[in-house]
Amino acid sequence: MATLKEVKTKIGAVKKTKQITKAMNMVAASRLRGAQTNMEGFRHYAEKFAEVLGGLSGRAGEETSPLLLPHEEVIKKHIILCTSDRGLCGGFNAHLISKADSFIKEAGEDVEFSFTNFGKKGRDWCRKKQIPIRSEHIEVIGTVIKFNIASTAGKGLIDGFLNGEYDEVVIVYSEFISMGRQIPVIKQLLPIPPMESDEDETEDQDKPYLAEHICEPSPDELLGELLPRSVYVQLYSALLETSTSEHSARMMAMDNASKACDDMIDNLTLAYNKARQASITAELMDIVGGAEALKG
Amino acid sequence: MAGNITLEVVTPEKVVVSEEVQIAVAPGSLGEFGVLIGHTTFLTTLKTGTIHYTDADGDERYIFVSGGFAEALPDKLTVLAESAERRRDIDTRRAEVAMERAQKRLESEDEDIDFVRAKAALERAIHRLKLAETRK
Repeated sequence: MATLKEVKTKIGAVKKTKQITKAMNMVAASRLRGAQTNMEGFRHYAEKFAEVLGGLSGRAGEETSPLLLPHEEVIKKHIILCTSDRGLCGGFNAHLISKADSFIKEAGEDVEFSFTNFGKKGRDWCRKKQIPIRSEHIEVIGTVIKFNIASTAGKGLIDGFLNGEYDEVVIVYSEFISMGRQIPVIKQLLPIPPMESDEDETEDQDKPYLAEHICEPSPDELLGELLPRSVYVQLYSALLETSTSEHSARMMAMDNASKACDDMIDNLTLAYNKARQASITAELMDIVGGAEALKG
Repeated sequence: MAGNITLEVVTPEKVVVSEEVQIAVAPGSLGEFGVLIGHTTFLTTLKTGTIHYTDADGDERYIFVSGGFAEALPDKLTVLAESAERRRDIDTRRAEVAMERAQKRLESEDEDIDFVRAKAALERAIHRLKLAETRK
């Protein structure tokens, strides 16, 4: 059995750990609020953008932009992996990375992969696996993200796609569903997938109403202008979602850690009391035993 | 025709303006256009430049925009821009630094420089500074 002093030190240590996890929980909570505000601010833009783009793509002719055309052979795939820079957020990064990993495994042997990394954890993983990294962006996820980060990165991706550095671009990021739920998602970014899939509801209403729009320059040219931007918009929204997810994942992880600390403190306190009681009993037994002996 | 339209200027980061205005004039890529109530539905890309509008109280206001497009409806003008700020929010120091940097890039002999981007950056900085100068 542990001595009284040992148990006492242990309790102190656990209490201090709990202070740290609690503080991290609160920091994550306040960052999460900030990230959510950013996401909401962006939603307004994204919705309007999808509405206009959806309506426009219905009007413009087919195959107007090389961004929409799949390459004939898909040999080189590019993955944008969004992870956090820091750990202590439960299985958040592990889930994202395993998502990317299983995507690579599914693709089979003859596909080459390269990476763009947002976040240190994903980059470190790529380095360990020795997969070529085209570009890396550290200290983006989890901070206040500027749109020009997404547009600069997006432009690089589009250039690479157009000059044949890779035939397909997918993005792995974490979708923020609720405080307790963030799921890793994989989405194709280039060539831009046909609109129908995610614009089903809005398109019915928009088409007739946008049909009367006067467009300047022509619808095709407008579309050519907007399509690259839609890539930036998607990238930006993925970054925001990942960032929000990171904070909420960290909050949950720290909350659990604090609870585990509480449990541990309870158990240790019980052990401490037991040890104390045992030593008192032992001392009493000594005294009683001694008295009995004297009486003898 | 009397009446106000709603002007909304939105960037990915925030809603810059959302208010009732009498008239709004925006720099379309094929020329500047003004929007009053009852405008026909119209969609255009925008040049880097200034949107100016007269608010409900009759005051002139200015907003810098770049990289955007605008949608006019009979009662509303929506501008989606990559960056936009009100004249009073323009950061002149930042614009000056950006201008110098862009100029340096354009003058350098380096092959790797993306001239299109540098030029766009220079244009943005010049427009920002010009607009900021008109501040009282």
